[in-house]
Amino acid sequence: MNFEVDNRGFYGEFGGAFIPEMLHANIEELRSQYLLIMESADFKSKFQALLRDYVGRPSPLYLAERLSEHYRTNIYLKREDLNHTGAHKINNTIGQILLAQALGKTRIIAETGAGQHGVATATVCALMGLECIVYMGAIDIERQAPNVARMKMLGAKVVPAHSGSKTLKDATNEAIRDWIGNPVETHYIIGSVVGPHPYPDMVARFQSVISLEMTSQLMEKTGSSNPNAIVACVGGGSNAAGAFYHYLDATDVRLIAVEAAGRGIDTGESAATSVLGSKGIIHGSRTLLMQTEDGQIIEPYSISAGLDYPGIGPLHAHLIETKRAEAIHITDQEALQSALQVARMEGIIPALETAHAFAALNKVKFKASDNVVVCLSGRGDKDLNTYIKKLLPNE
Amino acid sequence: MNRIDALFQQKKKEILSIYFTAGYPKLEDTCTILRTLQAAGADLVEVGMPYSDPMADGPTIQESGSVAIKNGMTVATLFAQIRSCRAEVEMPIIVMGYLNQMMQFGMEAFLRSAKEAGVDGLIVPDLPADVFEQEYRDLFNTYGIHLSFLITPQTSEARIRHIDSISTGFIYVVSDASITGAKAGISEAQIAYFKRIEEMELGKPRLIGFGISNAATFHTACQHSQGAIIGSAFIKSIGADERDLAARITQFMDGIRPPV
Ligand SMILES: Cc1ncc(COP(=O)(O)O)c(C=O)c1O
Repeated sequence: MNFEVDNRGFYGEFGGAFIPEMLHANIEELRSQYLLIMESADFKSKFQALLRDYVGRPSPLYLAERLSEHYRTNIYLKREDLNHTGAHKINNTIGQILLAQALGKTRIIAETGAGQHGVATATVCALMGLECIVYMGAIDIERQAPNVARMKMLGAKVVPAHSGSKTLKDATNEAIRDWIGNPVETHYIIGSVVGPHPYPDMVARFQSVISLEMTSQLMEKTGSSNPNAIVACVGGGSNAAGAFYHYLDATDVRLIAVEAAGRGIDTGESAATSVLGSKGIIHGSRTLLMQTEDGQIIEPYSISAGLDYPGIGPLHAHLIETKRAEAIHITDQEALQSALQVARMEGIIPALETAHAFAALNKVKFKASDNVVVCLSGRGDKDLNTYIKKLLPNE
Repeated sequence: MNRIDALFQQKKKEILSIYFTAGYPKLEDTCTILRTLQAAGADLVEVGMPYSDPMADGPTIQESGSVAIKNGMTVATLFAQIRSCRAEVEMPIIVMGYLNQMMQFGMEAFLRSAKEAGVDGLIVPDLPADVFEQEYRDLFNTYGIHLSFLITPQTSEARIRHIDSISTGFIYVVSDASITGAKAGISEAQIAYFKRIEEMELGKPRLIGFGISNAATFHTACQHSQGAIIGSAFIKSIGADERDLAARITQFMDGIRPPV
């Protein structure tokens, strides 16, 4: 089985670039340049230096002893929460800002759900002195207020998206519309492995540093570079793509993709794309997405703004369709309880998105000898309001 | 002969095409709008199939689409409506929509239903040329449905030539780097772009669209093409109120092209 993108931008039947002509020149420029730029010595040395000195990589791989004891297996946490700005998102924005500079772009746009990608984009724009506009759903602006403030402090302009469900998908639509109107000087930094080719492959490559580090860290700690399983949450799927990347062909490594079930898969308030979705086009990519019989995209629901997306990246659609990856679904309540458990057992407050990955440990059986890596995609500072309200209402 | 080809054979300039969103202002307005447009002198009509996530559209078309979806417009309803009044409308009818809805309906079923309803062509902004050629072109030919591709100021000359060779009916010249929506006027840079395309002497006729909003912009566009398309400005002018719909349509059309 081949899990690499083909030369037309497809993973099996998923992917491609289903874009209006207005975006063709931009996407074609990226498609023809991204690998050349990413493989140049100049780019590589800048990227690696920034990841080390600015982001703080490599991120630790930490054996969570109390969690391991509780689940009777060996649980390792890949600490993306310790990155500068608090999540894996910065790996991608560092890569894309260097790429944008190599392409001579002067204006940066981005979409954001939880605000982590918006903060990571605002951060690299401040670092490079570039103009930054972040589109964010009006509802997300309310539920992720701390990140909105951070973006403003960093000098970004945060533009509310009032169309549709006023969340991540609508912010993405608005960013795409901005790009149509500003095709020459603007680079669009997409925040996940979604969108038209080459974005899914490009973002996966930038995030692949996660699994690259895991190979040597696991070797050192366990004597084998392969774990038995990797667990990661999937909104669009970038932290999962990064954590899976170097193990895609190692078929004895279980890949566990965790989606948000919201209030429950059958409640009509869910974001469990792999079960509720069907094949279609979203944001320029042929993939699985939640839609009505008439092909209208359904407004998803999750307590977590970063998982509240009606599609999944085409790589994940392919991994799930071909059964290379298993999909697990976690409700709001289950995620909240796991966040509290991880906070109290390991002294780590995870992001709400990541809490879904932890909750999957309750649903999958592992052997006592197994080495399981959970991608700890981000920290929970941005979610404290929600946690306090839902978990500790009387304190 | 396909009605679109017949139109361009018989009329070489000042072709006026109107875009409206099906199901707006009310679900059942499609046939009223079609009949009134024909009586008021439209040459061609583009019926917008309302979509939840219209990537290439500005606020006016987005909002009319949301209203239309709430009103209950669906693909099947739209085809049934067009079929019900097709005999009274001679103009070519083009359906403009996004690929996802066609995939859900099934592309072959979609083209068959379109043909049965009397639709002559499609505009699908997010259907890329290479996917069309590899996956769908034969089906379009089988059902005799035309497909017009878009070009923009950023489209390279080689690509324009290719799009000219695969488009059927006409080429949709997007007037500017923009989403749909009314703008103040047409700039010198846009005119230079229209002229550049005109001088390429393409095989297919050209209609200019996006930002064409009134008599002045319509006539400017027509100086460099066979005609132009008005969308958002038309939708704005008919408004959300259904009363006197026909009168408002006629008034708008008279403002673009005074009755002779
Ligand atoms: C901490 C964290 N994890 C995960 C995600 C989901 O994104 P992805 O699926 O692209 O990793 C987000 C998105 O905002 C996030 O902030």
